[in-house]
Amino acid sequence: MKFTRLALAATLVAASAGFAGSAFAQDQFIPLLSYRTGAYAPNGIPWANGKQDYLKLVNERDGGINGVKIAFEECETGYATDRGVECYERLKSKPFVAAVDPQATGITFALTEKAPVDKIPLITLGYGLSIAKDGNAFQWNFPFMGSYWTGADILIQHIGKKAGGMDKLKGKKIALIYHDSPFGKEPIPVLQERAKALGFELQLLPVTAPGVEQKATWLQLRQSKPDYALLWGWGVMNSTALKEAQATGFPRDKLYGVWWAGAEPDVRDVGEGAKGYQALALNGFGQNTKVSQDVLKYVHDKKAGTGPRDEVGSVLYTRGMIISMLTVEGIRTAQEKFGKGKPMTGEQVRWGLENLNLTEARLKELGFDQVMRPLKTACNDHMGSTWARIHTWDGKKWYMGSDWYQSDDKVIEPLIKEQADKYLSDKKLARRTECK
Amino acid sequence: MFYRENGQFKTSYKADQQIFPILQDKIGVWLLIAAAFIVVPMFAGDYFYQAILIPLVIMCLAALGVNILVGYCGQISLGSGAFMAVGAYGAFNFMVRVPGMPLILALILGGLCATFFGILFGLPSLRVKGLYLAVATLAAQFFSDWMFLRIKWFTNDSPSGSVSVSHLNFFGIPIESAVSEYLFCLAVLVVIAILAKNLVRGAIGREWMAIRDMDVAASVIGIRPMYAKLSAFAVSSFIIGVAGALWAFVHLGAWEPAAFSVDVSFKLLFMVIIGGMGSIMGSFFGAAFIIVLPIVLSLVLPAIANLFGFQISTAGVSHAEFIIFGALIVWFLIVEPHGLAKLWSIGKQKMRMWPFPH
Repeated sequence: MKFTRLALAATLVAASAGFAGSAFAQDQFIPLLSYRTGAYAPNGIPWANGKQDYLKLVNERDGGINGVKIAFEECETGYATDRGVECYERLKSKPFVAAVDPQATGITFALTEKAPVDKIPLITLGYGLSIAKDGNAFQWNFPFMGSYWTGADILIQHIGKKAGGMDKLKGKKIALIYHDSPFGKEPIPVLQERAKALGFELQLLPVTAPGVEQKATWLQLRQSKPDYALLWGWGVMNSTALKEAQATGFPRDKLYGVWWAGAEPDVRDVGEGAKGYQALALNGFGQNTKVSQDVLKYVHDKKAGTGPRDEVGSVLYTRGMIISMLTVEGIRTAQEKFGKGKPMTGEQVRWGLENLNLTEARLKELGFDQVMRPLKTACNDHMGSTWARIHTWDGKKWYMGSDWYQSDDKVIEPLIKEQADKYLSDKKLARRTECK
Repeated sequence: MFYRENGQFKTSYKADQQIFPILQDKIGVWLLIAAAFIVVPMFAGDYFYQAILIPLVIMCLAALGVNILVGYCGQISLGSGAFMAVGAYGAFNFMVRVPGMPLILALILGGLCATFFGILFGLPSLRVKGLYLAVATLAAQFFSDWMFLRIKWFTNDSPSGSVSVSHLNFFGIPIESAVSEYLFCLAVLVVIAILAKNLVRGAIGREWMAIRDMDVAASVIGIRPMYAKLSAFAVSSFIIGVAGALWAFVHLGAWEPAAFSVDVSFKLLFMVIIGGMGSIMGSFFGAAFIIVLPIVLSLVLPAIANLFGFQISTAGVSHAEFIIFGALIVWFLIVEPHGLAKLWSIGKQKMRMWPFPH
């Protein structure tokens, strides 16, 4: 009987904790889905820490958003879709949920079906559904700053530039080594389109999740000897790929990663072996940026930091901060229309996210001027900007290339239109019309 | 005191062959079903439905299917995740390609796809058994992963390989709110559970159990192993397929092949082992243990830590969750290797003898 009594006591405690949580009804709540366990944890942890630390910073430095404190709670998904759905359902019941960053492509797909019903915006910075840029078809998805399609296009532009012009790609062979899941497959339509237009040959090499077993893939690569290889990996897959590249002698400077394959955890173990490896950089990084300095001063110096101090300013950590910053700015923009000093509903935050205008000056104020380029959204453009750079690993650290690229609208836009229309007709949904 | 069949005399074969021969059991089960249909919807909130009840009901159904194969027929299978995937993608394809396809028919057709797939991968069971069969059925898992990732036709040419359904309805009644989703899944579960219970009590079920206990002896007394084993694979994969379709359609809404990975196969096997092999009731207990316990732990652990005045990180909670969950599985299996269903029947036996145990 002891056990049952203990269980009863535990349930009561849990229930009362639930009530205590709902007492702060005037806070703006931000659910934090994250994974700190499993095959993707090395990359998931800095991302999650960045998201959380920025919210702490806003509370600590500014006293919230126009006086509205931010409440947040983390929930472990382990990158699994069903656990992610459970987390979302658990956290969405809190009052004044602003927006959710699902932090995984699979969970994003599942939540895309649920968000319109619950009226909660999904922020999928640099990942998720590429066609969700079309805000009239996907009213609740916000793939800020770029998608796999824009990323793929930018990589091809960069390779073309290095080769001495896009026309030089004709007759070349480019391999795509990808995580065999929706995440890895997303860029394929754009690459196929580009291959047709520019006359290069595209070789598709899937790697089964989570990606620790790649011997067969690299054997194939050695046989076919592509001129360039693109790496569409996440988590352990990236460092494994770099080790295999080293083992098979594939030139690392001919290997290009997506922005999810271009952070410290991916190359740290390989060190010198990955020298020359290049990857897309969605954001700037470093502890010298003003926002990192602020986090160190207001959060870490007060012993309130979420992770280790050295991690502040690393690539994925900074990306986490950007996600939180965009959420906060969305709320702030919404408050300007719907009333300052009040927590916003999901629907109001969506308006805010659709009307973001982060100019250079505003980014400087926020401390993000060295981290990202200006971003302006509209109701038909949920992406805001497609700027990205390429950074290179020199064996010890990433150093940033200076060229900014933007994806080619002529390639991407028709594809988005076509696929979004297909999605709408499959679902028997209508495109939103009140927004031009 | 109350749980005693004294004075309940059976005077006909019909009365003797009831599913629940004891009156208290019958009343209890009816009350339970009534409570699940009527009382739960009066109290449960959205979170309770979406995160606990709906996955629980669907996984009960899947565990029931696995139990028929593993528990009743003794054919250990690690391909359950694949059968779920086939059910889900099968139903999806019928839904997308046939205009005006009713949901219930799509579910049944999805189940039938899984049946064919199950029979196909059940064929090795005629030659190998035990651990060897488990490995052979694992091939079903890898095959389905490959099939749904690579063959574009199955995913309706979606560029990323992820598919989704929406606007479900049951003869015109929309299944969109949490309550209606729950009631729909529950109705499917109740119907299939009653059918399964009757099946395992009947001639086919006895053949399965004979094959499980000793296949040579069974074939000597005239049971055809091929028929018995393949029928177990067929029935079991049908049920698992329907569960897979519900999991994809109702619970996830949008899914990718990773939603039915080998993890799911293992989980289902654990449900059957922990719940009790060869018991319909055990499937429910097992599913509840595997689905609900981690969620409860993840809710309760931080609260307990708060009580003692310290905070644990999310990572800490999830590691502790793994440890406690593993320890509880070991503890349960040591205390009762025949699963929770056996504990349940011991409890019932004790109630019968109370207050004079001997």
